[in-house]
Amino acid sequence: MTVQTINNAGAKARRGLSDLTIRNLFIIPTIVFLILINIFPLFYSLILSFADYSAVSGNPPDWIGIRNYRELLRDPHVWESLYLTMKYVVISVFGQLVVGFGIALLLNRKIPAKGLVTTLLLLPMMMSMAIVGLFWKLLYGPSWGIINYLLGLGKFVWLSNADVALLAIAITDIWMWSPFVMLLSLAGLSAIPQHLYEAAAIDRASRWFTFSRITLPLVTPLLLIAVIFRTLEAFKTFDLAFIMTGGGPGTATELIAIKLYNMAFPQWQTGKSCALAYILLIMIIGISNIYIKYLNKAKER
Amino acid sequence: MVKKGSVFVLGILFFLTVSGAAIAADSLSIFWAEWDPATYLQELVLDFEKETGIKVTVETTPWGDFQTKTFREFAAKGDSWDIVVGDSQWLGAGATQGHYVELTDWFIKNGVDKSMAPATVVGYAEYPKGSKKYWAVPLEGDANGWAYRKDWFEDPKEKAAFKKKYGYELGIPKSWAQLKDMAEFFHRPQENRYGVAIYTQKDYDAITMGVQNVVFAWGADLGDPKTYKVNGVLNTPGGIEALEFYKELYKYTPPDWGNVFFQGNNQAITEGLAAMSMNYFAFFPALINPSVNKYAKGTGFFANPPGPGGRFASLGGQGASIISYSKKQDLAYKFLEWFIRDDVQQKWAALGGYTCNANVLKSKAFLEDTPYNQAFYETMFMVKDFWAVPEYAELLEICQRNWHQYVVEGKGTAKEAMDTIANDWEKIFKREGRLK
Repeated sequence: MTVQTINNAGAKARRGLSDLTIRNLFIIPTIVFLILINIFPLFYSLILSFADYSAVSGNPPDWIGIRNYRELLRDPHVWESLYLTMKYVVISVFGQLVVGFGIALLLNRKIPAKGLVTTLLLLPMMMSMAIVGLFWKLLYGPSWGIINYLLGLGKFVWLSNADVALLAIAITDIWMWSPFVMLLSLAGLSAIPQHLYEAAAIDRASRWFTFSRITLPLVTPLLLIAVIFRTLEAFKTFDLAFIMTGGGPGTATELIAIKLYNMAFPQWQTGKSCALAYILLIMIIGISNIYIKYLNKAKER
Repeated sequence: MVKKGSVFVLGILFFLTVSGAAIAADSLSIFWAEWDPATYLQELVLDFEKETGIKVTVETTPWGDFQTKTFREFAAKGDSWDIVVGDSQWLGAGATQGHYVELTDWFIKNGVDKSMAPATVVGYAEYPKGSKKYWAVPLEGDANGWAYRKDWFEDPKEKAAFKKKYGYELGIPKSWAQLKDMAEFFHRPQENRYGVAIYTQKDYDAITMGVQNVVFAWGADLGDPKTYKVNGVLNTPGGIEALEFYKELYKYTPPDWGNVFFQGNNQAITEGLAAMSMNYFAFFPALINPSVNKYAKGTGFFANPPGPGGRFASLGGQGASIISYSKKQDLAYKFLEWFIRDDVQQKWAALGGYTCNANVLKSKAFLEDTPYNQAFYETMFMVKDFWAVPEYAELLEICQRNWHQYVVEGKGTAKEAMDTIANDWEKIFKREGRLK
């Protein structure tokens, strides 16, 4: 009996903490952290979105119901920003899809140094957005930028030109994030069973037929995942546009995230900006739900 | 094992004592934007430390981040800094939202209202304007002026060609109209030479500071400071013409000049791009430094020319305010008392800071110290500022957007831009209960 107790105590000491304690030790800090950093601000900002409140003014929030939402949804500048953002999302995601998938198709064969080439192609997306913005600003420079030099455009103005400024930012985004689409596409392509192609070859199917009936349908689910990620990211784009044009010229590149930033920080309209953030959140959830529906359909097929 | 543990504990105790002592020693922290004058200030405060033993650190952050960072700290009621050298537009927010300590009694007792140039007292210290309530000590006087390529202007061949074309002598422009002629004359894209560099950036207050120069000079104003009426004050025929004039000037800027502020405008001179460049005086020291500007010898300076409605310049510059959340306000007062002394102001000017002290400004030593001090002195008597009300940031966003849209993006007419600004500003003033 005594021996047994001593042995038990020894085992306990050796084992140290019980499983339950260890579980709690790992989970509780994470949960506390999550509540403090994520959940609390989420609800706090929802509450503030119903108030006329400026965090810097020192005055208590003035509860005004849904007035912030009503004003925002009636504000033509907000709609203009949303329209610009949509345009930007379409150009940049479509561009990334074409370029990324195209490169993936080129890489999906036996070529020398394939690993190295793939790694090098991934470099753009490993860089910081701010740095990419800064050096593309230089690349677009009309006096010394290499883009005008290579394209023979002379002193063509990109970023101060309201007609092409948005396109210029989208091109930068395409350069940076096509590798991401490429990576997912490559994963999809390499998972297609080789015997399908062999069967198609025996049936003397044309290249286009093979591509449209075998390759594309089998890669679609992964491509859709890429599109979801990229759409969400493009919708939130702030850094690139802010650094390259600051939202200008005029409001030609004032994406909704820049509008939100201006409202929340330089102007300190805390309540109103919370409301705008919620409007965006609802939109993003809506858009991603549409995609997810398609994704599920594609998977069923 | 025990020994090791106790050494560790002792080490921690030692560290705590030492760091505690370091915190207890007298020190002050001043927050400002990251630019040359802040470096000069850091140099100046070494004297204060020598005299009093109080260590002063000047903390800085890039201009683009300055306002946001300061107000974030205010919102958190943080005491990271004891003094902030804040922009003149912040006075209203600082005063009414309780971020700044009111200095009125101290200000009058120490005669700051007498010793500093009147325009700087109004511009950097007083809120509301005309109330004789003071919230800051004018620290860095600043305003818009011009740098120009004296060597191009004095070239006899250019002079003759100019006279033939325009019928008068090429020289420092005597009016805004002449300035535009000269910009047009020197605008030669095929030679990679351009007429003029002006402010066009969309961020913060850049294009506004540039447009203000001409709006004032055409006899218009941002509004009536007493009634807060904007319609009929800003969007007058003069104001509209002034904005059209600014857009005309934009035609003669170097390519891709649609998002440029002080850095770009200094580069226009250092890279030999433009004949004339609008900028704050605070950025001119770099232009007479041959290691920064290879054309330093050929660079001259002048003050804003008059327009049809008078001669004015946009006010820049900052005042030093004591932050209400600071726990060392007594030390901050002590520092400001030291800073306003005539001998310190003289040293401040000698280091490259723009003193606001009237006696130093008037002194021959100051006027002849640099090629731009004379122009600075002239300018400080014709400065006008943007609104300093707490909602200034909202007002700024509106005029920045509309002016940028018209001048750079080329959307709409000058009248539409001015009318929109007037109406939107009045809406805000009504909401705040300023406009009846």
